[in-house]
Amino acid sequence: MSETPAILVSNIVNRFGAQVIHDGLDMTVMTGEIFGIVGGSGSGKSVLLKTILGLHRPQQGRVELAGVDVADLSDMQLRRLKMGYGVTFQAGALFSSLTVLQNVQLPMLEHLQVSPRALDELAMLKVRLVGLPAAAAHKYPAQLSGGMIKRAALARALALDPQLLFLDEPTSGLDPISAAAFDELLVNLQRELALTVVMITHDLDTIFRTCDRIGVIVDKRMVSGTLETIVDHPHPWIQAYFHGDRARRFGAQRGA
Amino acid sequence: MTRVRAEHRDATLRLTLTGNWTAGEFGFIEPAWQAVDFSGVTAVEIDLREMGRLDLSGAWLIHDRLLGLTPDTTVQYQGPMPEMLRLVAVTLAAVEEPAPAQKSRPRWVDWVGRKAWDRLAGWRSGLAFFGETIVRFVQALGNPKVWRPVSIARHVYDTGVTAIPIVALIAFLISVIIAYMGAQQLQQFGADIFVVDLVTVGVLRELGVLLTAIIVAGRSGSAFAAEIGAMKLNQEVDALTATGVEPVEVLILPRWIGLIIALPLLTVIADAVGLLGGALLCQWLLDMSFFQYFQRVNESIATWTFWVGIIKAPVFAVLIAAAGTYRGMQVRGSSRELGRLTTVAVVQAIFLVILADALFAVLFMEMGI
Repeated sequence: MSETPAILVSNIVNRFGAQVIHDGLDMTVMTGEIFGIVGGSGSGKSVLLKTILGLHRPQQGRVELAGVDVADLSDMQLRRLKMGYGVTFQAGALFSSLTVLQNVQLPMLEHLQVSPRALDELAMLKVRLVGLPAAAAHKYPAQLSGGMIKRAALARALALDPQLLFLDEPTSGLDPISAAAFDELLVNLQRELALTVVMITHDLDTIFRTCDRIGVIVDKRMVSGTLETIVDHPHPWIQAYFHGDRARRFGAQRGA
Repeated sequence: MTRVRAEHRDATLRLTLTGNWTAGEFGFIEPAWQAVDFSGVTAVEIDLREMGRLDLSGAWLIHDRLLGLTPDTTVQYQGPMPEMLRLVAVTLAAVEEPAPAQKSRPRWVDWVGRKAWDRLAGWRSGLAFFGETIVRFVQALGNPKVWRPVSIARHVYDTGVTAIPIVALIAFLISVIIAYMGAQQLQQFGADIFVVDLVTVGVLRELGVLLTAIIVAGRSGSAFAAEIGAMKLNQEVDALTATGVEPVEVLILPRWIGLIIALPLLTVIADAVGLLGGALLCQWLLDMSFFQYFQRVNESIATWTFWVGIIKAPVFAVLIAAAGTYRGMQVRGSSRELGRLTTVAVVQAIFLVILADALFAVLFMEMGI
């Protein structure tokens, strides 16, 4: 593939004091794919996400989004760049004093010049798009179920119609049925909106249902590839992850 | 750059859309699109071949305007109809549920009734909280095992020791102000020496304890409400209850007891610094020696002067701690609630302290001390 990757992370080193989190980590995400990031607890998945988002500066290495080195950008350019991606956080991170609709409108108000009617309608469109009932739009986050919070967070991430979407454990804490519904929503949206999606997940079901390629963080580096190649990777952690008890049950169900 | 080129031919409107139709471009495309004149048009041809990128927001804009056309108007696309437009149409058409019920504006009778009921419920729950805490307190007195000395010590430190500098400074300044004002007036009668009485009685009976309580209400009342409130939001309080630990016992009692210990001690410090401030000012303004000053202080103190101030301190402490912890426990839902209830806690604590002080004044007057 000769086209510019959507995300190119090369040779990242992240250290906190004496603790080395990433040591020469590389990652490439192509435009239009769903890329899953997998790794043990404390392996630095969230730090990697923060590094890509520009919330954390690595000690070494480059992060390029659509061919542009993030470190070179001026504040103005960074602002434009941030309009181009949407993020959901693990616990939703919805603003608790705003309704769902207001949560979706906040980035629009901040970045777009939109008439008041269009603001309401566009926000409602996003709410409907993620499969929330219209009544939920006027509720506060505290009044929503876990699944609805994840969807509302997705609606907010989609507020500015980004082409790049980052999801931090989008299905954690959901029951399998809700998680499956969320996966389906994600795959549909990705196809229809031509999104590039990067997600951190622990959910094997989600990985198998949604991801085109996955990257596993082991030994402070990333091993990435298509599902088939990763599943057969000899690294013991990867073997344990995909062929452990939970995974075997999963495999048995699928007849794999 | 014009984003929409319109050509009217009889009743046919030919529109050519150019550039990117994306959320970021809304400031340009929305006015341009709204300016298009659709009146008298029965057929619309939309040419998207010169368009750059179209995203959901842009598609909604196009869709929304076309919806407003008369039903017999035909819409045709030059080139394929974009996926985005279809997606917008599908999303908005999906199961039209009943619109959320608009909040009906209650009539004023309704409103008064509701408010009154809320108030009543508020008082009841406040009273219940106060009662529960008192009961637990009494139970704890008989059962030293549930005392939490480490926790209590922490609160004595947080609310007391760390407050010493600010309390001392305020007490010093206030006593200087009183002495200064008093000296100016009393000098006219040659009654300089009564400045000492003024400072001594004023600081020991009222100002020392009152100012200390107000500062502590601002510092610790808010801290109590915010700490407990954040724990409520984080479900930590639920976690405690589920573990079989009484939140009142671990969160509230130690704070109350800590403050009951700390506030009288702070008051003693405020009294001492206040008297010292008076001494400095008297020396500077009235040429009164320290020896002379303190001798006069000694003469002006009656048996009860000091104790009248100190007795009030634990009562104020309970009021401040109660307001802070109660409001903290009321937090639910959102971070805005946390801010609101923290504010309420401080305002109420200060109000209760001043109210109690007034009641004490009447009480002590009746008792003649």
